[in-house]
Amino acid sequence: MRGWRRLLWPRLAQGLVSPPLTDAPPVPPEELVQALVARLEAASQARLGRSLAIRQVDAGSCNGCELEINAMQSVIYDLERFGLRFVASPRHADVLLVTGPLTRNMREALLHTAECMPEPKWVVAAGDCAVDGGVFKDSYAVEGGIDAVLPVDLLIPGCPPTPTQLLEGMLALLEAQRVG
Amino acid sequence: MSEALLRLVRHGQEQGCRPYQRYLLDRGQWAALIAAIGEDEAVALLGLWADPAQVHAALMLGETILIASCTVPEGRFAAFSPVQPGAVRFERMIRDLWGHVAEGGIDQRPWLDHGRWPLTGPLAAQPAPNAMPPPQPVFLPVEGQGVHQIPVGPVHAGVIEPGHFRFHVQGEAVVRLEARLGYLHKGHIGLMLGKPALVAARFAARLSGDSTVAHSWAFAQGVEAALGLEPSPRALALRALMAELERLHNHLNDWGFLCNDAAFAWLHARAGALREAVLRAAATAFGHRLMMDRILPGGVTDDLTPQGAAAILAALDAVEAELPQLDAVYDSHASLADRMIGTGVIAPSLVRRFAAGGVVGRASGRAFDARHRPGYAPYATLEPRVSTAGDVDARARLRMTEMGDSIRLARGLMAALPPGELALPLPQRAGEGLGLVEGFRGECLHWVALDDGGLLRAAFPRDPSWLHWPLLEAAMEGNILADFPLINKSVNASYSGVDL
Ligand code: SF4
Repeated sequence: MRGWRRLLWPRLAQGLVSPPLTDAPPVPPEELVQALVARLEAASQARLGRSLAIRQVDAGSCNGCELEINAMQSVIYDLERFGLRFVASPRHADVLLVTGPLTRNMREALLHTAECMPEPKWVVAAGDCAVDGGVFKDSYAVEGGIDAVLPVDLLIPGCPPTPTQLLEGMLALLEAQRVG
Repeated sequence: MSEALLRLVRHGQEQGCRPYQRYLLDRGQWAALIAAIGEDEAVALLGLWADPAQVHAALMLGETILIASCTVPEGRFAAFSPVQPGAVRFERMIRDLWGHVAEGGIDQRPWLDHGRWPLTGPLAAQPAPNAMPPPQPVFLPVEGQGVHQIPVGPVHAGVIEPGHFRFHVQGEAVVRLEARLGYLHKGHIGLMLGKPALVAARFAARLSGDSTVAHSWAFAQGVEAALGLEPSPRALALRALMAELERLHNHLNDWGFLCNDAAFAWLHARAGALREAVLRAAATAFGHRLMMDRILPGGVTDDLTPQGAAAILAALDAVEAELPQLDAVYDSHASLADRMIGTGVIAPSLVRRFAAGGVVGRASGRAFDARHRPGYAPYATLEPRVSTAGDVDARARLRMTEMGDSIRLARGLMAALPPGELALPLPQRAGEGLGLVEGFRGECLHWVALDDGGLLRAAFPRDPSWLHWPLLEAAMEGNILADFPLINKSVNASYSGVDL
């Protein structure tokens, strides 16, 4: 029966017996976790739970960083097993994950998004551009890195950072909350 | 017909652009050109841009590509938009960046300039300081009973680029969609000017990250044409290999996301896993998952190692083995057919009128693929894949078909990698060139002018999305608002690419 091969169910059933596609979890570097713990303590910040809701904002990226953030959501990295998930509304978010050099045209939208988030929150600048403006830092249209307008808790350099590097950063936030 | 038009343009003074000539017209000739285009269906406006002294229009007349230029005394030039609707956003952009006004242009609202830069006309000979508060954006009005507006963005629900969409809806149906972009304006062109070609290449690579290979190649092609430099056959083959891998990973991404937007998560998950395999192979072979900065004017930075070749072949095998199964599942589910077929139709006449390239153009019957026509090395024979339905389904299926082609092309390139230098040194001299490379979205066009010291005197990178954004607006008309994510994804225009 040819029709049988076209069905989805047999393919889904295969998934039950074949090994998972997902990679082993990366381990965040200890120094990074300690630095984040120190930050938490210095701010005597109320602790978030054991999961994190992430709101991503592209504040001027070339979209390379978005590609890798999307890749991090694929089955290979499977964020949700760590209690990490992307949310649509900043009002539901614990983490603001920002990419791109901050363009002047995005400044207001980024600040609005940040203001909508409940405290406590983490702000993460992902990608060389978000760290300090990257190659775009000298432009009339760019404010600089994300820290030009928001206090940043974690920098994830790279052009773009790989999904593994991004995941490591997110796990470091979780770990800091656990031990902090 | 086009013959008369060609003669008209060729009356201008040759400016020495290679391989496509640029002609400087006087104001009378420029006006005559616009009048003549008005009657000619066969003319495609590929791009319109400026420098402090002139405006430039890249035109395709049948098989011929050329650039027509005109000086802008007192900052004014005759507009293209009354005869070429695709010119509207270019003219608004020209005014924002160089301060030249398109006389008779059908839309004079700002585009990239939101009133938030410290200066106006940042690329003009003398930019003016700006201390005004940012103005409220103005949207095109819609009249009718029960029409209301829904503003969306610039920050969206998902992990995508920022842009504002203003929907006018009547009940559930969208009467008009208007996009307001420019949020990602980084001042690309300004950053490229005055830099050596090798440094400016870093900006071309970051115009739209998903097309980093295609844009780097088109920029390199422009520079090489300007300098009369011919990269080695090996460098060209490696570029094409990277370009096909880029097409493959993006088509996988788009196809998967389309299924996801129609709530079919499994196909998205599988496509994502395959895409990851391609990206990892690219990282093994070229040291970067997206292959960014691997193509430079003069050649490429890395050779293909045996280990890299093996990684790519393994990834291609994995994708090739699974694609037919994914296609079969796509084909056999009514829930997908229901969402995709007949949704977001773009009429063939519109695609022709806007000269839309890539999957968007080909899914509506425009048989244009820069690898085929004008064609460039190392691509030999390649027939563009075409479909005519013009709906979301046609665009999804075309991506599936093109993935198979890219796999075959990549295999062929690796099986017969010719010898040659990886990169040639760039001579230091003046010149002007135009590069045209087919990326996964369509043709990436880069115009470059170098001065005597080999520094960029002028440049314009034109992402294919310039010609797609207006069609997204057209595709939404009469569709329901809930289908917007699906239709938007099926077009997948770049925001960063056009925000410059
Ligand atoms: S860091 Fe690199 S990939 Fe990310 S936005 Fe900047 S240029 Fe693009």
